[in-house]
Amino acid sequence: MWDYTDKVREHFLEPRNVGSIENADGVGEVGSIACGDALKLFLKVDENERIVEVKFQTFGCASAIASSSALTEMVKGKTLDEALTISNQDIADYLGGLPKEKMHCSVMGREALEAAVRNLRGEAAPEVEGEIVCECFGVTDVQIRRAIAENHLTTVDDVTAFTKAGGGCAKCHERIQEILTEATGTPAPASASSPAPAPKPEEKPRMTNMQRIQLIEKVIEEDVRPMLMADGGNIELVDVDRTTVFVKLQGRCTSCPSSGITLRTGVEAVLREKVDPAIQVKEG
Amino acid sequence: MKPIYLDNNATTQVDPLVLEEMLPYFSELYANPSSMHTFGGQVGGKLRQARSRVAALLGCAPDEVVFTACGTESDNTAIRSALTVRPDRRRIVTTKVEHPAILGLVEHLKKTEGYDVVLLPVDGEGNLDLAAYKAALTPDTAIVSVMWANNETGVVFPIPELSAIARERGILFHTDAVQAVGKIPMKLSETAVDMLSLSGHKLHASKGVGALYVRKGTPFAPLLIGGHQERGMRSGTENTPGLIGLGKACELAQTHMAEENSRVRALRDRLEQGLLAAVPNSKLNGAKEPRLPNTSNISFKFVEGEAILLRLDQLGICASSGSACSSGSLEPSHVLRAMGVPFTFAHGSIRFSLSRTTTDAEIDLVLTELPKIIDTLRKISPFNEQNAMEEEKPACGC
Repeated sequence: MWDYTDKVREHFLEPRNVGSIENADGVGEVGSIACGDALKLFLKVDENERIVEVKFQTFGCASAIASSSALTEMVKGKTLDEALTISNQDIADYLGGLPKEKMHCSVMGREALEAAVRNLRGEAAPEVEGEIVCECFGVTDVQIRRAIAENHLTTVDDVTAFTKAGGGCAKCHERIQEILTEATGTPAPASASSPAPAPKPEEKPRMTNMQRIQLIEKVIEEDVRPMLMADGGNIELVDVDRTTVFVKLQGRCTSCPSSGITLRTGVEAVLREKVDPAIQVKEG
Repeated sequence: MKPIYLDNNATTQVDPLVLEEMLPYFSELYANPSSMHTFGGQVGGKLRQARSRVAALLGCAPDEVVFTACGTESDNTAIRSALTVRPDRRRIVTTKVEHPAILGLVEHLKKTEGYDVVLLPVDGEGNLDLAAYKAALTPDTAIVSVMWANNETGVVFPIPELSAIARERGILFHTDAVQAVGKIPMKLSETAVDMLSLSGHKLHASKGVGALYVRKGTPFAPLLIGGHQERGMRSGTENTPGLIGLGKACELAQTHMAEENSRVRALRDRLEQGLLAAVPNSKLNGAKEPRLPNTSNISFKFVEGEAILLRLDQLGICASSGSACSSGSLEPSHVLRAMGVPFTFAHGSIRFSLSRTTTDAEIDLVLTELPKIIDTLRKISPFNEQNAMEEEKPACGC
């Protein structure tokens, strides 16, 4: 069981400012269902950019919900510029602290606030800045460096707790350690042996898993589905595991003896061409 | 407040009769069972009885039972033993859905000693593909280890059949039966299982005791080496109170097995059907049958498991979750992922595991309260049926 403070429990059980604002001036969204947490923040401001109303919707664990609730209480009545000075540590402090493994929840709060303010001010969302370090959770070196600097992180575990980077397949741990070494000047602990050479960077721009999923969804929606529907069939995307795409054929496809061929020559071929030549499509 | 304990695959309450059987061996009957005096012999005799009781539940001979300190020790002993007695073979075959006691070990053996580890996949219902299983059993295979029942979903693998296939090919077969023993009737003498792990605290004995079944004639190399205890197969002075408790627990499991498969199963089914009917966008994870009679793993879309658990906890209801957040890792359950359960469902999975102590009133309470909890959390969640597919796209580059 997590060691949550009373304040975290209170904000989880009785979250403040839940909901949406219909004519919000700014909306910020971060996270996704796939990542395990997501936060949508709604802001309304007066003519002096003072926040007069704020609401949130959160999908996530207790600390994600509590961090969101805390954030809304903290920004209420502040000007946007004042609100933007709130750091993830401030959110954690407001809650009397968060377990280290849950600090990324407070980071998500700060990122949602920044996104909502950008949206309100009509600023474009920044392209993914920097190099994708963690492909599982789509975390860049810029985000990692910022978390290291703002929270005085010293180990790969710290970085994972604050940014989620390295929390999936663990392939990027070496790269995170390099960034830590650059940023803090502390070399890797002696125990962290790293016999394998660092992977060579790929030539084409790397997609995060989530970007890949997004593209696969789009191609299925725009190219594959119309093709199948023409024959009275349909398709549902079930899951994506790296380059393996699991789909369910529906409608007439289910009884069609050539559905196996459809999968390979139709769906797979299109996805290989438009997304990634390594893709394999399976019925699942 | 007495907890409503629906987390019996994590651990169980020590049965009062088990405790009663254990107590004298903490106090007046403290002798070492190996000692030559009558005092020691008294304890030794009781330990022999415990061994016979375990053997009776497993359907094997008493001298095929080796006492250990936990399921993990039994698993480690079995796998390492097989690798030692088959030094020329380099392959270990197991499944993607094993308990970490196996997965962590084989991963370690792969990394440190270069073993060729094959993790067999499962289908959407958590079942193994028999053809893939057969294909994986090459002559280079030292050991196959397949769990009898899955701890997260309760899905039961056809161990008699799988072990027979391994024997035909001259490959040692081990099963982690920690969740199955006491819930599924078994007669090991009629199967081709060479080694089987069990753990005391999953069947109402105390923590810190386990056993490894080793079929007579199976080549064996001990993990712990030292004294002559357990006929040299597991050195170290026996945890006599714990093991005597294990014996009693096995005897009780035998008498309660019918109840486990009727009353407990009926409670589980009522809970499961009630929740699936009351909560839209919920689904059962894993095959309905064959399945442990006490386990139900249900996913609730658009909400996160840890949040559900914490709200259940407020009401004194104990369950567990395969969500990432509840485990401290960032990825959801490896079992659900191996089954291809989409993230949208995997993050909202809750496992209920009942036992013979579960009552009707407890199930009623969960059926009343849980749908309200899901409803509350869904009101907080930005996701719903209309926008979930869309929202699965990254907003943050995440």
